[in-house]
Amino acid sequence: MIASMNAVVPMACVAAAGIAAMIAEAFTAPGEKMPIAPLGVIGLIGAALACVALWGHNASSFGVVSADNFGLFVTGILIVVGLLSLAISAPAIEREGLPRGEYYALMLFALAGMILMATATDLLVIFLALEVMSIAVYVLTGIRRSSAIGNEAAFKYFLLGAFASAFFLYGIAFTFGVTGSTHLDRIGSVIAAQALSPQPMTMIALGLLLVGFAFKVSAVPFHMWTPDAYEGAPSSVTGFMSTGVKAAAFAAFVRVLLSAFSPLQASWSAVLWPIAAATMIVGTVVGVAQTNVKRMLAYSSIGHGGYLLLALISGNDLGKGAVLFYLLTYALTNLGAFGVIVLLEDHDRPNDKISDYAGLWNDHPALAALMTIFLLSLGGFPPMAGFIAKWYVFSAAIKAGYTGLAIIGVLTSVISVFFYLRIVVMMYMTPSGESMARFPAVPKLAGAAIILAALAIFYLGILPTRVLDLAAASISTIF
Amino acid sequence: MHFPILTSLIALPIVGALVLLFVPNDDHSDGTVRAVALVVSLLVFAETLLLWYHFNAASADFQFTERHEWIPAFGVSYFIGIDGISLLLVVLTAFLTPIALLGSWESVHKRTKAFAIFVLLLESTMLGVFVSLDLFLFYVFWDAMLIPMYFLIGIWGYERRVYAAVKFLLYTMAGSVLMLLAILGLAYMHSVATGTYSFDLLKLYEMSIPPRTQVWFFLAFALAFAIKIPLFPFHTWLPDAHVEAPTAGSVILAGVMLKMGTYGLVRFAFPLFPAAAQLFAPILATLAVVGIIYGALVAMVQLDMKKLVAYSSVSHLGFVVLGICAMNMQGVQGAVYQMLSHGITTGGLFLMVGMLSDRRHTRLISEYGGLKKVMPHLVAAFLIVTLASIGLPGLNGFVGEFLILLGAFRWNPKMAAFAATGVILSATYMLWMFQRVNYGPVTNEKNARLVDLRPREWFVIVPIIALAILMGVLPNIFLKPMGPSIQRMLNQIQQGSAPVHIEARVTSSEPRATK
Repeated sequence: MIASMNAVVPMACVAAAGIAAMIAEAFTAPGEKMPIAPLGVIGLIGAALACVALWGHNASSFGVVSADNFGLFVTGILIVVGLLSLAISAPAIEREGLPRGEYYALMLFALAGMILMATATDLLVIFLALEVMSIAVYVLTGIRRSSAIGNEAAFKYFLLGAFASAFFLYGIAFTFGVTGSTHLDRIGSVIAAQALSPQPMTMIALGLLLVGFAFKVSAVPFHMWTPDAYEGAPSSVTGFMSTGVKAAAFAAFVRVLLSAFSPLQASWSAVLWPIAAATMIVGTVVGVAQTNVKRMLAYSSIGHGGYLLLALISGNDLGKGAVLFYLLTYALTNLGAFGVIVLLEDHDRPNDKISDYAGLWNDHPALAALMTIFLLSLGGFPPMAGFIAKWYVFSAAIKAGYTGLAIIGVLTSVISVFFYLRIVVMMYMTPSGESMARFPAVPKLAGAAIILAALAIFYLGILPTRVLDLAAASISTIF
Repeated sequence: MHFPILTSLIALPIVGALVLLFVPNDDHSDGTVRAVALVVSLLVFAETLLLWYHFNAASADFQFTERHEWIPAFGVSYFIGIDGISLLLVVLTAFLTPIALLGSWESVHKRTKAFAIFVLLLESTMLGVFVSLDLFLFYVFWDAMLIPMYFLIGIWGYERRVYAAVKFLLYTMAGSVLMLLAILGLAYMHSVATGTYSFDLLKLYEMSIPPRTQVWFFLAFALAFAIKIPLFPFHTWLPDAHVEAPTAGSVILAGVMLKMGTYGLVRFAFPLFPAAAQLFAPILATLAVVGIIYGALVAMVQLDMKKLVAYSSVSHLGFVVLGICAMNMQGVQGAVYQMLSHGITTGGLFLMVGMLSDRRHTRLISEYGGLKKVMPHLVAAFLIVTLASIGLPGLNGFVGEFLILLGAFRWNPKMAAFAATGVILSATYMLWMFQRVNYGPVTNEKNARLVDLRPREWFVIVPIIALAILMGVLPNIFLKPMGPSIQRMLNQIQQGSAPVHIEARVTSSEPRATK
């Protein structure tokens, strides 16, 4: 009985840290500063150790949570997301005067939900995890209670998110109606049996589930909430949700489509083809017009979702591995970029216009250099990890014969380079308008975390073999 | 030879850049920074001379090869080596980098450290492009090269530098991403044929690719290279980039980076896709000839000296493409020779313009006049470089153009005839510019007291002139190592393109894989 709980240990570690954070906050006298973030770090390290111990064992708990290597790899990505997010949160909390206990507790609960989502093998558990994650993130989005734009963002995100959850739940209901089960394996075997003549109900179920997922991964045309939510949330939260939510949602997306619904691959890839194309195009083309860095990165994140969809549609071994590698790269890169954004924020002004970055090179050469590394990696330049990730995705697409999508992919990535470069132009090639000391000093911990992210990006870009092999190994055991 | 000399060539500038990173960043350290950068680049040059000395000119094979597994799961390897075609381009790169550094000694005042770092990184990636024998590695260097060049133009350039830098980067990238897909397609075809992925150029050379697929792949490669060369009508980024770039940037851009396009045609596009190359050679050659004449005509009416030199590059690179398209010994040999010689002379011209604009802060021809009386030494050097660019016998430009025209005539006399007019036109625009700048009375007061060549400038320009004369008088030193490698490449094209019939209707080339 005890052994059968193994698979939930990583999630439990993080959830326990969240509960501890809540209790710690409750017992803190007003004005007293209690180190709450370390609790989260401890929980995440515990989860990481559990992942290492579980690796290769295919542990399963209660028949609905499976700690297979795929799930564990995503959990690993989520732990990286969590650690980086915690590191960049401290300066943001300090400056914005956010309630620290609630903030950390919500972030850790969201992470627990994400980890559960990545390892769940039953649609209902996936839904549960989705809600745990989403509700925590809704609150985090609006955690700046006095900020109108934050409230608007949270409300929009919540309303549209609830709507999408309803679609998803409805999809589960239809699936249950057709197959008599909510477990992915059983759904898979029933659908495989009727694969030659799929019932209309099955297609409706599939369609509803796709809408739910497409919303969470902000695929076009379900992306409307993304720029507002990303802009309105505190930057550290934006960094967290742009990477964590995406990783968790894609993990579940891949699992559902490629295990339960893999017999219908022809159908769903036909639906996702135009969605992926539109996501890549809208994300990059609209991104060009942005003047706010966070909105720009929101559109960039939509665009990156398109590349991930491309890998998913390819559906071959390369594609599944590419999803994992891409998610890891994207998490490091995007969180690094948001880390820089957090560090540049000021008490009085958000400094989040692209023009605020003018002359950053003169004031903060190190931050400018780090931001450049992250942006170039997002743009897919070698020798950064972003290049290897895109190359992996496009290899998968070429192998699966999706040459058209691959062409759209490479061309949109050229367009995306244009807007990433706008920030670089600001930082390096535009004289700074104001005084030198307008940017706050850099806290050591957050700075170190961002430097580590940059080093990891170079490592994955220059010597990707080990992680690529790991990604490939983690998909070989399932699907 | 066990010492990994090529790797050390690529690594040395990077090490130099890392060292520079730790030099304190203040005005007093400029001297140290320049000295370190110059010493590093000279060491690299010395190493390439050593390479040349040990190079076996009689062999057509790749030499000094190194091969290490890099990403085994995808058949990506760190595979480098040189043959007679790339040897001299490597030497040229290493030759021009210290010259470019020395040439911008005084024109770069701000951020000297970052400037030196970017120049060294650029050198490293350029060398990487010329020695890569793995297509993945090649693409990595090819793309990574854009970043330092982008910063060089964008930070240290002239007024419209940001526009020029972004245009340069986006144009080049737009061309090369489709090549990336073609590279992936090639590797995938290799995996279908043999079961394993491979980006190894030598293995891909041996693969037989259906002609229809070749057409697509060739177009993707050719587009990337045509933009880089730049071939008419893909040249519009070039005048902007050249004019706005700082002198060092222009020298490297014109001297080395443009050659990567033509090098790519010789090394990749033609031998990998011989059937498609046969099919498209007349079209490429036509564009090249149009570019020769168009570039020359546009150069003639320029008011800005840098722009004039930039358009002259379009014209001269047209000759190179024509020579390659001729696909015979004289044509290709002339093309490779012209690549080297254009690197020397155009680099020299940009340096001369840079020296003038350092003194007067203008590049407009009309601002000058009568410089011969004021600066006799500088004008003498200018004259030699100008004559070399025109192709005066006895100087380097002549040999390449002559061989190219010979090769082109054997292949298609009409093309050669049209191209030959470019020789006359180039004499017209270059000499006319030279005359307006240097002869006549000193019309502008400001020109009356300009300083003649400074000692540093002697060091910059003398090697260029010496090489221009050497290449003109003793071309065989340079032609000899190329011969066998070019012959091997031509054989490869001929074998590969043994009569294949290409259907007029081209449809999607690959079947969709089934799960």
